[in-house]
Amino acid sequence: MSKVIVVTSGKGGVGKTTSSAAISAGLASRGHRTVVIDFDVGLRNLDMIMGCERRVVFDFINVIQGDAKLNQALIRDRRLDNLYVLPTSQTRDKDALTQEGVEKVLNELREEFDYIICDSPAGIERGAQLAMYYADEAVVVTNPEVSSVRDSDRMLGLLSSKTARAERGEEDQIKSHLLLTRFDPKRSGDGEMMSVEDVLEILAIPLLGVIPESPAVLRASNVGVPVILNEKSRAATAYEEAVARLDGEDLPMKIEGEKVPGLMSRLFGRSA
Amino acid sequence: MNLFGFTFNRKPKSSAQAKERLQILLAHERGSGPSADFLPLLQRDIVEAIKRYVQVSDDAVGIRMDSIGDVSSLEINIELPVDQKTEAKPVEKKAGEKKAAAKG
Ligand SMILES: Nc1ncnc2c1ncn2[C@@H]1O[C@H](COP(=O)(O)OP(=O)(O)OP(=O)(O)O)[C@@H](O)[C@H]1O
Ligand SMILES: [Mg+2]
Repeated sequence: MSKVIVVTSGKGGVGKTTSSAAISAGLASRGHRTVVIDFDVGLRNLDMIMGCERRVVFDFINVIQGDAKLNQALIRDRRLDNLYVLPTSQTRDKDALTQEGVEKVLNELREEFDYIICDSPAGIERGAQLAMYYADEAVVVTNPEVSSVRDSDRMLGLLSSKTARAERGEEDQIKSHLLLTRFDPKRSGDGEMMSVEDVLEILAIPLLGVIPESPAVLRASNVGVPVILNEKSRAATAYEEAVARLDGEDLPMKIEGEKVPGLMSRLFGRSA
Repeated sequence: MNLFGFTFNRKPKSSAQAKERLQILLAHERGSGPSADFLPLLQRDIVEAIKRYVQVSDDAVGIRMDSIGDVSSLEINIELPVDQKTEAKPVEKKAGEKKAAAKG
């Protein structure tokens, strides 16, 4: 059974595209046929993060408008042969996305892929709503920061009301997971930043993982390699564990910083 | 501050790669305007031209773009039926490899 997973946040710049790239590469590494779709129409970026920006011929909008077939628009990853990217249009605007078009493309992808990852644009407009509409699960990307948490709460509201599953009123509602990113264990330990616990208490959804703030993320984006496939880093490991959980593994949560801060501040705290 | 981990890294800086990738991409996007927008039309014309000689379906045409160094290539694959009368399995034939818009 294929799964459509939306990666969403409300607030911009919290790490949706970074996470979409890492999650899709991680799922593909685990042997699943995976496709990642860029829903950010007009601001194409996933292609750069995946490193396939010079191979884009047709895009999601071309397929929706019938100008290209789906298999002509899918770009196969050079590193993992069960990973595909469906880039978005750089020249159209969000109105080019139609609900029927999105549904048709997703249904076609469901026949071929185990996982379909939808990289949502920021905001709560059409693009974000369509990215989540047909989802089976949601990864809510949140930074430990007030406006991000508030926006995530808003997205959780939309996920449970403005989606196909919600409208059908099925018992089987969208399963939402929290992915806390750009987490700084030291600042959280110092009480300067909300802790994982704080955010979980407010949002009250299961925790998929905690991704530390890491310079490896920028380096990976510089070279166009999903962080999980680039150099070994703490962010890569944290993403690998989050992906394993998303894939149904029951991994214990080692929250970096929730215990470490004592040690960290004892070692480095005073000099920093 | 963070003196651990990255000070040993003497490999070429990833930022140089970022700059180069952006320069190539943006030269494309700015230069010829919406770069790939002509491709659906090109594809339609190719299919129409081929249809005058052989029976092929619209989705038997695959177009791939690739870039290595400063050369972009456009690869057009057309699946031609082995025999027009029998519904034999189509053979994949590399019909042409054209250099397109090579940009630095
Ligand atoms: N764990 C992290 N550590 C350090 N930097 C990060 C991390 N995650 C994301 N970033 C940086 O944050 C910025 C925004 O990331 P990204 O593009 O993934 O966010 P987004 O939610 O997709 O943004 P948008 O809302 O514009 O689509 C990028 O510069 C990225 O490199
Ligand atoms: Mg993004």
